[in-house]
Amino acid sequence: MTTQRGPAFAGLMIVLILLAFLVIPVVQVIHVAFQDPASGGLTLVNFVDFFRSSLFRESFVNSFYVAAMSVVVASIIALPLAYFTSRFNFAGAAIIQTLGFVPLIMPPFVGAVAMLLLFGENGSVNLLLDEHFGFTIPFMEGLNGVIFVQSIHYFPFILINLSAALNNVDRSMEESAQNLGARGFRLFRRIVFPLAMPGYVAGAALVFLKVFDDLGTPLLLNVNTMLAPQAYLRISSIGISDPMGYVISVILVVFSLFALWTSMLALKGKDYSTLQKGGGGMLKRDLRGGQRIAAYALILLILALVLSPHIGLTLLSFGTVWSYSPLPDAYTLEHYRMVFGSASEYITNTLLYAGLAASFDVILGTAIAYIVYRTGLRGRKWLDYIATASLAVPGVVLGIGYLRTYNDFNVPFLDKPLASWWVIIVVALTIRRLPYALRACVAALQQVSVMLEEAAQNLGATRSRTLWRVVVPLMSGGMIAGFVTSFATASVELSATIMLVSQESDAPLAFGIYEFMQSASGRGAGAALGIIAVVIVGLGTYLSHRVIERSHRQRTAERQIAEEVT
Amino acid sequence: MSTEPAGISIRKLGLAFGDNEVLKDISLDIAPGEFFAFLGPSGSGKTTLLRAVAGFGPRPSGEILIGGQNVVDMPPWERNLGMVFQSYALWPHMTVRKNVAFGLEERRLPAREIAGRVEKALELVGLTKLAERRPSQLSGGQQQRVAIARTIVIEPKVLLLDEPLSNLDANLRIQMRRDIRALQQRLQLTTIFVTHDQEEANTTSDRMAVLNDGRLQQVGTPMELYDNPANLFVARFLGTANILQGSIVEEDSRKVFVSDSGVTFPMDIEGQGQRSIVFRPQNARIHCGKVTGDDAHIALPGIIMHTEFLGSIVRYGVKVGNETLLLDLPHIQGEGLINEGTEVTVLVARERILALAG
Repeated sequence: MTTQRGPAFAGLMIVLILLAFLVIPVVQVIHVAFQDPASGGLTLVNFVDFFRSSLFRESFVNSFYVAAMSVVVASIIALPLAYFTSRFNFAGAAIIQTLGFVPLIMPPFVGAVAMLLLFGENGSVNLLLDEHFGFTIPFMEGLNGVIFVQSIHYFPFILINLSAALNNVDRSMEESAQNLGARGFRLFRRIVFPLAMPGYVAGAALVFLKVFDDLGTPLLLNVNTMLAPQAYLRISSIGISDPMGYVISVILVVFSLFALWTSMLALKGKDYSTLQKGGGGMLKRDLRGGQRIAAYALILLILALVLSPHIGLTLLSFGTVWSYSPLPDAYTLEHYRMVFGSASEYITNTLLYAGLAASFDVILGTAIAYIVYRTGLRGRKWLDYIATASLAVPGVVLGIGYLRTYNDFNVPFLDKPLASWWVIIVVALTIRRLPYALRACVAALQQVSVMLEEAAQNLGATRSRTLWRVVVPLMSGGMIAGFVTSFATASVELSATIMLVSQESDAPLAFGIYEFMQSASGRGAGAALGIIAVVIVGLGTYLSHRVIERSHRQRTAERQIAEEVT
Repeated sequence: MSTEPAGISIRKLGLAFGDNEVLKDISLDIAPGEFFAFLGPSGSGKTTLLRAVAGFGPRPSGEILIGGQNVVDMPPWERNLGMVFQSYALWPHMTVRKNVAFGLEERRLPAREIAGRVEKALELVGLTKLAERRPSQLSGGQQQRVAIARTIVIEPKVLLLDEPLSNLDANLRIQMRRDIRALQQRLQLTTIFVTHDQEEANTTSDRMAVLNDGRLQQVGTPMELYDNPANLFVARFLGTANILQGSIVEEDSRKVFVSDSGVTFPMDIEGQGQRSIVFRPQNARIHCGKVTGDDAHIALPGIIMHTEFLGSIVRYGVKVGNETLLLDLPHIQGEGLINEGTEVTVLVARERILALAG
């Protein structure tokens, strides 16, 4: 065994960082929630107060209702798409696969205002419906709006997981059931669906978690009777000493943990991937004429729905005035000119914050992955657990935790609290996106055979030289993918940053969009900023996709060589 | 089990994936209760043929008669044939017991009867103790037994086995093939066994069909096919053979065979034109020094080129003219090898030489 002093030191530093910026703030939040505001003793009185208030009870029920309904609506969108792609041979399958990722490249709150203009009470669709058919549909009425926007945004989580699960069902699973006498819907119910169930539950749990925790969408749609907006409003209007924000935070964390636990339970010990070598997923059928038309019609409808936030946002960003009419009155570049002129700070801030956060994420992710999988340090698994646990911490909660913990902590030489220094935004983004980067780094490291490292050490390279010259270069594909994922998602993060922005000049893009979208006159500029955010995230997603694909091809080639040699 | 074993008749069967013809004009008969093997290299169409019998894949042309009934247009779930898949295809979300009960449940049998028959089937394959486990908690051999139990519990008319041993390790494979054979004998079940391994086919089956490139090459008992291959493909595929290509020519008013490399076989031979001479390595002897042929043997002078000690036999490569023949001699303890370079005479029994077309 070689010396472990270096990794041990690095591990200790990471533990300190995670303690300071994840564990302590969250524990602090939980502690305050259970603390008597007057005496400081432990108590449940805050929770009693919470459930006594009709506003909070309503918010609780609304949050739960919205999250559950979003799962239902997202399932209604995703199920037929997953079914078509895995069951039938037709060109639409490729469209669906791409379509699945489109909504993810825009944060839901950005599209919310555009959706209001398209589907709202006086939006394009309802104006047209009213004119031609004399009725309107309350798509965006109150909670409906949140459910609508969230399910359109998050249905890909279900689509991707369910499609993957369906594609992993080997056709012999179905054939053996047919051979034993099963067919039609019974075959689907008894064999295919149970086998795909874990994938569905994992996707659904993720949708629930995301919607339950989301702050930006309800805020922008002016739906404040939900938990996350209430927490934000309490802290920002009453102050960080109000216990209700903390109680809400605890509830958010508990439900997030519950959703994550459900998804883990669904997947645990159920590696139903039954794909055999040479076997190719489920039996695929050809669509007949009428079916084909119906399938395409359905897919086009869903495609239009899914793209509507993007279309609306684009129209909004180029439109002059858009109100009480199906389309804007005229088109202009004024909004973009304005955004690049006076609001360019938002963009530079975002690039700086997201760039820094993603870099830290990759460094931390690589270090944690290396320590967990390549050293024998005691308790090393806990690094992984703690870093991953940040998934269960909603942005609002992390923001409140930082405000509470670091408001009285002055930064040396700057003479202002750490909680209102711009660096805290970077820290929040780093912690929030660490789980994604960590998974990418772990996956990359697991591709590197230990033998390659042993060969380097055998030839005289020290542990750190080996890491630097062999491991990191071989991991670079995964690290870049991790960087880009973190960067893209960090650049549109709103829920933690909205709590931590202390002055306009420190604010990132997402905050800017939120600010602009508040007023009717700022919507054009807000939409222009939104489009810029979409472009940044879209480019990032595309790049990471390319990188992953390239390194995958490379690995396949390497494996082929290895197989030929052995 | 109670069902009468059914015979299978395949008549002029053809099958294509799009333009790609994978089965061409196949006709064969399998007797009730027979253990029958489809043997062929990968891509020969043997699995496609089995799947066509089970009702999977594109609709074939021609007829498949099972117990006298043409099943070509019958969906798989109505055929009542038990198929054991290469991958076993056990459903991971069900216990062993649920897996085995599935087919009976689909037949809407009373719960008590299902329980009884499942228990009996599990007993038959020796898995009673593992009934509550999930497939992922079983070894490969145990999974194989579950797959068989799941299939025979429905009392199928025919048992179809698609390369059932290919996922097992070598020792287990030999054990399993004996077990499968014993089970088949006990149940008197008509069985089709698909394999690419001739040893598996030889040891288990009553008769077998060799397939190549979608065509039926020959049907017969394993020994018939080995000793009297109908064509060069079967001769090559079933074990090692010396094959000399050449033609029949008149020489001194009698027909002799002259190989393309110039080795002459003075023997009476039917037909004319392009022919190949085939004999197995163990059907010849080696004599050190010069010997002349007689009525029963053809003598070919040659030189030992290489030797391979294979345990029970020694395989010699003997250069005769421009051909290298392989000859096996049994190894008896204490006997040494014939040195390389030794001049020898190869004596081949005339009656063990086959002349095949091509």
